[in-house]
Amino acid sequence: MEVLKSPLSASQKGKLISAGYTSINLLSSVSPSHLALELKISEAEALEILKTVSDGSRSESTSTSCTIVKGAQSAWDMLQEEETLVRITTSSSDFDNILGGGISCKEVTEIGGVPGIGKTQLGIQLAVNVQIPFDYGGLGGKAIYIDTEGSFMVERALQIAEACGDDMAEYSRLYRKGFHSHEVKIQPKDFLENIFYFRVCSYTEQIALINYLDKFITDHKDVKVVIIDSITFHFRQDFDDMALRTRLLGGMALKLMKLARKFGVAVVVLNQVTTKYSDGSFHLALALGDSWSHASTNRIILHWNGNERYAYIDKSPSLRSASAPYSVTGKGIRDSPSNNKRIKNM
Amino acid sequence: MANKLISEMGLPKSIGHIFAARNIITAKDALSLTEFELMELLDVSLTQVTLAVALISEIASPPYQTVQSLLEQRMQNEYLTGHLPTHLKGLDAALSGGIPFGALTELVGPAGIGKTQFCLKISVLATLPSCYGGLDGHVIYIDVESKFSSRRLIEIGLNSFPEIFHLEGMAKEMAGRITVLRPGSLSEFTESLQKIKVSLLQNQVKLLVVDSMAALVSGEYEQGPPRQHPLGWHISFIKSLAEFSRIPVVMTNQVRSRSATEISNYSFQGERRDDCGNFDSHLVAALGIHWAHAVTIRLVLESRSGKRFIKVAKSPMSPPLSFPFKITSSGILLLNDDGIEMRGPQINAIDHQGHSDIILS
Repeated sequence: MEVLKSPLSASQKGKLISAGYTSINLLSSVSPSHLALELKISEAEALEILKTVSDGSRSESTSTSCTIVKGAQSAWDMLQEEETLVRITTSSSDFDNILGGGISCKEVTEIGGVPGIGKTQLGIQLAVNVQIPFDYGGLGGKAIYIDTEGSFMVERALQIAEACGDDMAEYSRLYRKGFHSHEVKIQPKDFLENIFYFRVCSYTEQIALINYLDKFITDHKDVKVVIIDSITFHFRQDFDDMALRTRLLGGMALKLMKLARKFGVAVVVLNQVTTKYSDGSFHLALALGDSWSHASTNRIILHWNGNERYAYIDKSPSLRSASAPYSVTGKGIRDSPSNNKRIKNM
Repeated sequence: MANKLISEMGLPKSIGHIFAARNIITAKDALSLTEFELMELLDVSLTQVTLAVALISEIASPPYQTVQSLLEQRMQNEYLTGHLPTHLKGLDAALSGGIPFGALTELVGPAGIGKTQFCLKISVLATLPSCYGGLDGHVIYIDVESKFSSRRLIEIGLNSFPEIFHLEGMAKEMAGRITVLRPGSLSEFTESLQKIKVSLLQNQVKLLVVDSMAALVSGEYEQGPPRQHPLGWHISFIKSLAEFSRIPVVMTNQVRSRSATEISNYSFQGERRDDCGNFDSHLVAALGIHWAHAVTIRLVLESRSGKRFIKVAKSPMSPPLSFPFKITSSGILLLNDDGIEMRGPQINAIDHQGHSDIILS
């Protein structure tokens, strides 16, 4: 490894290179006092440099023993892992079908759509559904809800939580007669207790919070879904420097992906729509531009199709492009009432 | 929290000084740079930068609440569980109590349909003593179009709450609680918003009305989609006003005719015949899709075959219901409290069939 690429400060790198240490291997047999003399720095600082450098090179050498590149996985291992991947149900079976069972953990899923189509509703629904216990085929996790727009309605969360509790009671009554009859119904209060709500008021807070999530989830290991409603809001106001915007969004996207992989949480990012001019006419498209569209693993667009709401998979590495109807009811997201078998494959 | 000073965050002294020396004073400054940019700029190693950024982020992050504690707080502190009843039974039921506190509610509709009437009515309601179902507070009414009429306001009061308004001096007392502002331009509007911010907290203001938002930008807005919305700042400012003082905010929006190039489809849906063609409606809300994302509740006022309707076009709580209404001397009255549920494109369409008949009659 070259000194230039090591995680040292610029001036330290400069000193090393000008003293002739262009590769880290050259430093392996140098003593701290010798280095201090040569670079005209204090011995403590020299020791610090040697430590940083040896940390870097050690991780490189050990890695060759098991796999070719450190931190990599073979495709076979990934398949094994994918098969055990848990998914969060959307409460609409058609919607779940096209998603291959629900919103997948370990991935970033972006959901966009016109105002009033049900983005926030879906967000709240997922925050509740993630808590369905293992016995009922759920994850038994907790949820983080990051509200950037102030559109989260507590009363609505209560309604959805109540409906979810009722459905579970119904389920156990039908399928497990006598089995777990003593089981207590989960109260809506318990659902709401497990949703951590953050209200973000500026883009700086948004970046800070996403940085901090790493620590927060380490402390709250049972968090299984992070919902950001919406990623767009603060980045569409008060922003003159478009290059800065792209850079900040890019950094945020990377951190979200890292978070999803590291903790196995589902990251759900809600996005707004905007009009985009192409081929001589205006079309609707998700906001934040083309470079952002690479940021998420899966992209789902919610849209109107005639009288019904449809979810359309716009982009996904593993799912085929399909659309399915769903509806928003008093209980939350549910199957569309009129048809049960009309999933179109495009 | 974005402007929190780095020097007060308790970073290790050595690195804290470096931040100060490079003129990176606030959390915003630091977090607008990537870690590598910081490494270059501060001339320190990666581990130090990551540690510093993690600490800055932790301190600049807003605190969390569980939704349960949020719910309990609202239940305890707020009268009527955070809603201003409109006294229109069907609508109140659909919105689970009325116009919610802390959120934006928008009225859209063609001229003369009754948007201002609605605003006047709820202004009266907000000033009423709580024993009559009001909020017993002050109202700030930003009248951009110069349509506010005190005479009409008192008429509505007299006819809908005669027992209060006929009391000696009550009409004066009630009308005195409504402060009307008339900004002439967008910059004046900006100024008055900033002044309002202070007085909201001091003066028991319980409702903010803006009639209308669209008049402020009409003309400069319609040519193509601009890169930045002219009201971008105002949207976030008003939203934060609503939220932090926990008051309902009602704003009106005008309509304009849909231009020929506008297509409300995604490109994957292909070029289809416009759905709304069937409904003989070529009106859209004057403020575009960006604005529509910002409002929490959108009520559309429209006319169909000679009747006026009010419908809930966007709401996190209510199904898309439509109620017929008429305007009387006491303000808006619903003709039927059981709404008709709308489907598909009907929800967002703004009809104006036979509109002129209504206005003339």
